[in-house]
Amino acid sequence: MKDVDIINVLKYEAVIGLEVHAQMLTDTKIFCSCSTKFGSEPDTQTCPVCIGMPGALPVLNKKALEFIIKTGLTMNCKISPYSRFARKNYFYPDLPKGYQITQYELPICEHGYVEIAVDGEIKRIGIIRIHMEEDAGKTIHEGEGNYSLVDLNRAGVPLMEIVSEPDIRSPREAMEYMKKLRTILRYLGVCDGNMEQGSLRCDANVSVRPAEQKEFGVKTEIKNLNSFKFVEKALEYEIKRQVKILEEGGKIKQETRLWNSERGITESMRTKEEAHDYRYFPEPDLVPIIVDQKWIDEIQASLPELPDIKRKRFVSEYGLAEYDADLLTSERPLADWYEEAVRLGGQPKAVSNWIMVELMRLLNEENKSIEGCTLKPKQLVDMFKLIEKGTISGKIAKTVFEEMYKTGKDAEDIVRDKGLEQISDEAAIDKAIDDVIAMHPKEVERFRAGEEKLIGFFVGQVMKLTKGKANPKMVNELLKKKLS
Amino acid sequence: MKLYSLTISEARNLLDRKEISVKDLVRSLYERVDAVEERVKAFVTITRDEAFKMAEEVEKEITEKTKVTGPLIGIPLAIKDNICTKGILTTCSSKILSNFISPYESTATSRLIEQGYVLIGKTNMDEFAMGSSTENSGFQVTRNPWNLERIPGGSSGGSASAVASDECIAALGSDTGGSIRQPAALCGVVGLKPTYGRVSRYGLVAFASSLDQIGPITKNVRDAVILMNIISGHDPLDSTSAPLPVPDFTAVLGQEIKGIKIGVPKEYFIEGMDREVEVSVKEAIKNLESLGAISVEVSLPHTGYAVATYYVLATSEASSNLARYDGMRYGLRVEGKDLVDTYMNTRANGFGAEVKRRIMLGTYALSSGYYEAYYRKAQQVRTLIKKDFEKAFQVVDVIVTPTSPTAAFKLGEKIADPLQMYLSDIFTISVNLAGVPGISIPCGFTSNNLPIGLQLIGRHFDEESILKVAYAYEQATEWHKRRPNL
Repeated sequence: MKDVDIINVLKYEAVIGLEVHAQMLTDTKIFCSCSTKFGSEPDTQTCPVCIGMPGALPVLNKKALEFIIKTGLTMNCKISPYSRFARKNYFYPDLPKGYQITQYELPICEHGYVEIAVDGEIKRIGIIRIHMEEDAGKTIHEGEGNYSLVDLNRAGVPLMEIVSEPDIRSPREAMEYMKKLRTILRYLGVCDGNMEQGSLRCDANVSVRPAEQKEFGVKTEIKNLNSFKFVEKALEYEIKRQVKILEEGGKIKQETRLWNSERGITESMRTKEEAHDYRYFPEPDLVPIIVDQKWIDEIQASLPELPDIKRKRFVSEYGLAEYDADLLTSERPLADWYEEAVRLGGQPKAVSNWIMVELMRLLNEENKSIEGCTLKPKQLVDMFKLIEKGTISGKIAKTVFEEMYKTGKDAEDIVRDKGLEQISDEAAIDKAIDDVIAMHPKEVERFRAGEEKLIGFFVGQVMKLTKGKANPKMVNELLKKKLS
Repeated sequence: MKLYSLTISEARNLLDRKEISVKDLVRSLYERVDAVEERVKAFVTITRDEAFKMAEEVEKEITEKTKVTGPLIGIPLAIKDNICTKGILTTCSSKILSNFISPYESTATSRLIEQGYVLIGKTNMDEFAMGSSTENSGFQVTRNPWNLERIPGGSSGGSASAVASDECIAALGSDTGGSIRQPAALCGVVGLKPTYGRVSRYGLVAFASSLDQIGPITKNVRDAVILMNIISGHDPLDSTSAPLPVPDFTAVLGQEIKGIKIGVPKEYFIEGMDREVEVSVKEAIKNLESLGAISVEVSLPHTGYAVATYYVLATSEASSNLARYDGMRYGLRVEGKDLVDTYMNTRANGFGAEVKRRIMLGTYALSSGYYEAYYRKAQQVRTLIKKDFEKAFQVVDVIVTPTSPTAAFKLGEKIADPLQMYLSDIFTISVNLAGVPGISIPCGFTSNNLPIGLQLIGRHFDEESILKVAYAYEQATEWHKRRPNL
């Protein structure tokens, strides 16, 4: 869509609201006791309830209710003391009962917000509601045959749907908002946030209006946004598409569109006229959900420290830079790892540096998260002690650290087994220096003639000869003495 | 002595005294089934092999004394075919489930199994319990044992007919708008619809979830009490089952009813009601008074809206409950050229006319633009009907009404006129809408020798009061002892 002038796009303002579906990390499904484990053989995690057998009845998983209340509280929502489930009726092979149990008129959480940072500015995005519902099964189209297969392992996995106000004004904000939700959900431990596996999914409602106009334009809904990048790309595309239509004097059709990630475009899926009538009505198989304030208070008290607060605390308590604190608090396990190391006596800035530089590099190389890391904070702190005692140099420590990370062995053992102790014996260093001087008579001459920067060269040679183990401070002093 | 004609408690005595064996009893019942079933057609599935196997196991348990004695050990019962029985066909008398073998057991029948009952067979019904004559069965028409040209009532017509014709000792039915009480009345037996939430619905194939209840159909009140003691109580698998303690219902048997207040709702004695029914019921009220009950006129002012309210709510829920029969996972599947075609073929072939009618009614009532006018309005009226009962029960302990406006009608008489058919449940429907318990007991016969039923309605979770009055009435009368001549 090259022909849409960037100026034209700037004349318009986008209005975006997101509906985010997050799979809850409960062990069992929302209305039965089947496992929610991902990736099992098809239909091995099913029972009469989630497969929609005649006569089977749903019973609410209390853990799912707790998870959504946690989320609601974190996102500043009002928790309804009385809410209920409804049935959303439609036919599809992956929907065993012919209806989805969801919440409609009376959701559990309402009227909340989250804050996002865009270009250093804090912006509040309103949350209309968060409600519980069950996931459908998975339709698999494979092979050449004229058929599809359905795997019902996912049917009945608990979902929460987080519906934002139309407060988002750009694709960038939409992405930041999504990222924020993901961080919060992961902090709370209520969703793993894995967009590739579909544990976090997003639909977007988007419209555009001339910058000075107050009324919203006609919106379209975009489905199938299963990565942060797609959220941004699809919205960028859709905004341009809508602006182009308006600029050409056309009208936006209210419709549902599908993001085609291969072609990088949105495509019409169904128009308003073709929209389903879901015939929502209160689910008679489940009693209304009554939540007492005491339980809400207990959940509130059990909430973990959230990323924004933790970040601020890291800055003030440990004297970290804003950027470092932000990264260290992006994932709760990482922040926990950091604080454990500090608690065990690690110097706050040193711990931060080692995590940010060495540990992150090693984890990234393996595409691993901190949760999959076998290295324990105590091992890092023990290694620090070896540096302090002068047993190893800071340089050697990098080797030791990598070895610890890879083998899980303690620093002390690695240093001993590999003979990495720092050489602080004056006689041994003297000998190495003598050898270096003997090997490089020209450089000695130049140094003595006043080319003092060559000291670095000599240090390097001595370190090379001692396989990096010589005490660098002593090498420096002794070298200067011998060369002058 | 004909063993098949025994009640639960009579059979219990003989079994406990070792005068008969469980197998003797089961054998006798199947002899009876062989003799009359061809005419009555009460069963969809006869589980002869399973029954003898169950009988054998139970006898083994009796001789090895591994089972503590209980009232139901070795007692042969029939189960309505919308109650799931593991490994056995559960068809709801619908073609769409004609091949459905349930992979799990309902909570109600699980409790019977724990007590050592023997399953005689699964009984015929109006398809998915939608009907008042059992003529809507997808398979066969069940006859009223008192007159084979007449309907047994419905939808638990198979269960009521099987009990009345001694093809089982007792049975379970289900009641959404009168489906236990009305056929019990028309077949001259006892039928109890418990308070909504008293008996678990887990494994009861749903027609209208907010109205359905499983209950007993028996030869007398004592047997109803025995079954209620077993099937009642909270079930963690049914959120709508009440977490309340269950009283020992046998305690009410033989209690005096002196001073008990019985309400007679004026809206239930209306123009157009069968004269013989009215006379019998009024006679029964006099009889209760002679036992010391005090009758009081009460008003249930919203009674006139009950049928309409019921047919909006029940069909709305049904339209959703029956969506799962789509040919994808179990039951009938009739292939078409694509997915939508397969759905349509399957459901067009699998469902009968009445089921389709109700799915359409319910779908309409829930549709956007009509929801407020129909579904929501009906819910509001339902609340008013419930309040009517609450108000009446501030004054009286039990409400007495006819169970059905007429005795059993002829086969085919109302099948072409759904509205006339729906009016068969005019006296029973409000009870489901209010969620209160109701029992039908025999209270007379028409000049054609057709049974007439008396309905007793109680407060929420007060089955005890209606059972007490029912038992006292039964003790004072002989109606329940009459048996059809087959």
